[in-house]
Amino acid sequence: MTRIKSPAELEDFRKDLLARRDPAAPCITLCSGTACHATGSEQVSAAIKEELVRQGLGTSVEFKRTGCHGFCEKGPILVIGPEETCYLEVSPKDVPEIISSTLKEKKIVDRLLYTDPTTGEKTAHESDIPFYKYQQRIVFGPNRRIDPRRVEDYLAIGGYRALIKALFEMTPDEVIDEVKKAGLRGRGGAGFPTGIKWEAARKAPGETKYVVVNCDEGDPGAYMDRSIMEGNPFGVLEGLIIGAYAIGSHEGYVYVRQEYPLAVENLGIAMEQAEKHGLLGKDILGSGFDFDVEVHRGAGAFVCGEETALLMSLEGKAGEPRPRPPYPAVRGLWDKPTNINNVETWATVPLIIDAGADRFASIGTEKSKGTKIFSLVGKISNTGLVEVPMGITLRDIIFKIGGGIPNGKKFKAVQTGGPSGGCIPEDKLDLAVGFDELARAGSMMGSGGMIVMDEDTCMVDVARYFIDFLTDESCGKCVPCREGLRQMHKILTNITEGKGNKGDIELLEMVAETAVEASLCALGKTAPNPFLSTLRYFRDEYEAHINEKRCPALSCKALISYYIDPGKCQACLICLRNCSAKAIDGGKKKIHVIDQGKCTKCGVCFEVCPSRFGAVKKLSGEPVPPPVPEEARMIAKKSKAG
Amino acid sequence: MDIGRIDLIIDRHRCEASSLIQILLEIQKENRWLPRHALVRVGERLDVPYSRIQHIATFYKAFSLVPKGRHQVHVCMGTACHVRGASRVLDTVRDLTGINPGETDLELKFSLETVNCLGCCALGPVMEIDGKTHGKLSTASTADVLGSFD
Repeated sequence: MTRIKSPAELEDFRKDLLARRDPAAPCITLCSGTACHATGSEQVSAAIKEELVRQGLGTSVEFKRTGCHGFCEKGPILVIGPEETCYLEVSPKDVPEIISSTLKEKKIVDRLLYTDPTTGEKTAHESDIPFYKYQQRIVFGPNRRIDPRRVEDYLAIGGYRALIKALFEMTPDEVIDEVKKAGLRGRGGAGFPTGIKWEAARKAPGETKYVVVNCDEGDPGAYMDRSIMEGNPFGVLEGLIIGAYAIGSHEGYVYVRQEYPLAVENLGIAMEQAEKHGLLGKDILGSGFDFDVEVHRGAGAFVCGEETALLMSLEGKAGEPRPRPPYPAVRGLWDKPTNINNVETWATVPLIIDAGADRFASIGTEKSKGTKIFSLVGKISNTGLVEVPMGITLRDIIFKIGGGIPNGKKFKAVQTGGPSGGCIPEDKLDLAVGFDELARAGSMMGSGGMIVMDEDTCMVDVARYFIDFLTDESCGKCVPCREGLRQMHKILTNITEGKGNKGDIELLEMVAETAVEASLCALGKTAPNPFLSTLRYFRDEYEAHINEKRCPALSCKALISYYIDPGKCQACLICLRNCSAKAIDGGKKKIHVIDQGKCTKCGVCFEVCPSRFGAVKKLSGEPVPPPVPEEARMIAKKSKAG
Repeated sequence: MDIGRIDLIIDRHRCEASSLIQILLEIQKENRWLPRHALVRVGERLDVPYSRIQHIATFYKAFSLVPKGRHQVHVCMGTACHVRGASRVLDTVRDLTGINPGETDLELKFSLETVNCLGCCALGPVMEIDGKTHGKLSTASTADVLGSFD
């Protein structure tokens, strides 16, 4: 590894790298993101290494462990090049066959291919799988092609080309103009135009300026920033250096959640390699521009995703937000002008500089340009990360890419924008995805969490859940947020427990309004959103909870009862044995009955009752029928012949 | 945790007050919790008042001021897990261990925490014990997983 001193040297290095690579050579790519890790990618990796040696392919096949491919539902994912055969849910025992058939004989192992759930049709190539087919993966694409621990891989796909262009062919103002022209808006939540933010920091008086990467991704159900940081830290770093050059900063910080150890590790390696190659540090590529980066781990506080709180935390203090203005662009870290952008935003910058603003701006809608990565989770068939052009409809994301709702259930709502976002009902599914479009529907883009809910999800409980989360995460500095949320949580909990009163909805609305108006930072200002949007579209559920003490989704524990339908119970003893509360009475050939007084409503009987019987039912808003009389409980054995 | 180890961590961060959180994170990682004498030592070395250290140690969720059990149970309460029944998983863990989130049992066997998203939403509801993820949990399988620890 040598220090590269000029753009020409970097291009020579790249040429040399490419010359040594044969695109037609066989290659195995294994997804090793956190989600695949949890499904056993580590064991598959060990099996591949061992098997390659055993079958005498030790050095002739390249084996690459990459970051997240996005299709987390079907992990671990294995892609075999150059044909791009995609195997899903691979386990170590599949590995010998994959190597002997697919690598050696070029035969496809059918059972590991994607199978269409409705037609049963198999798909061999990744790009033909519906989950991938409708995506446009420009930011997330490199994840699948590079080993996040080898800068050579990133250089081979054109990495750091944008940096050369920015440093040697453009002035800082031209870089800012390009980003403005591209119409890039912050991917972290608020959607503020990135170019304008940069310009403000550039124009702010002062010698010392800072740039910061916000990787304090706290929204539950959102993990795109982590996947970018784990899978392609180079792209984030390149964007950051370009931004620093444009703003006139020589010092940067990356703020990463400590819950993301792999992201911290891979980023550290990427920084080390960049430094060794002269892509970071003093006199980058001989341009005379100096830039250093430091990694700072967060210690577990959701509010630190808010920029002023993040800066406090970077200074080693408790992450409590402070009022804006002054904005960080003027007075940020240690009172110096500071520019903070989210991971995805930084990772998009090199693409804009490299391909040009027009190319980027050609994707998307009038006000929302480019692509956005969403994490599609919840009651959805294909859980995973999807990158789609702005302007695509929610329906396309959920049904075409996500494969709809599993188990034949009905779609109810999709929650976007994280805890401060809102729920969008079915009749708004044809909404084009964009910052302003989602805001008009009462939700927001946020960082890109997209949680799908089906008919079994109680919307009052969802609102309670988010308010609970935010009550817990409120830093406590200002009253409308700290006390307001606590009261909202109390009232919502009462409603879900059947203790709601008339007038509760109006009271909630009042408290919500105060929090929106008077809170200090975005956390409090947006916290009532989950309540307001669920009320807007699902008022009937609130009313059912309050007036009829009924949970229409049969989800709120205090409002439901479990009941065994005597007409369907086959006295199979399964629920009886599994009931930890010993609340089920019955025996062989004796219809089981739940003792409502003992039942803890844990739901285990409902879970274990064989679906062909479907005898255990949930009831809400109606009395549990009295148990069948003792004499009627014996099941006469049915004659097999009859 | 002895003073020598604590000093080593502090020195690694060049004794800078702005690295306070990073220092506490490393002590927490090594010792699993933050004993009072460690906090006092950090305060002395960094010249930061004890009250501020206490503020930080209680503000951020990563820190614990009480000893932790042998097995760290993290039940994911992320939205994706929530809609897939995370509260039933948590109730089961509570019932079986007798402790609430944030608590450790008297035998120092389990420490229970809820976390906001482990990022394995495809596997929800999930629970992580000592770094290993257990996914697609039901009430019954949660009990099985917990029963396998001693």
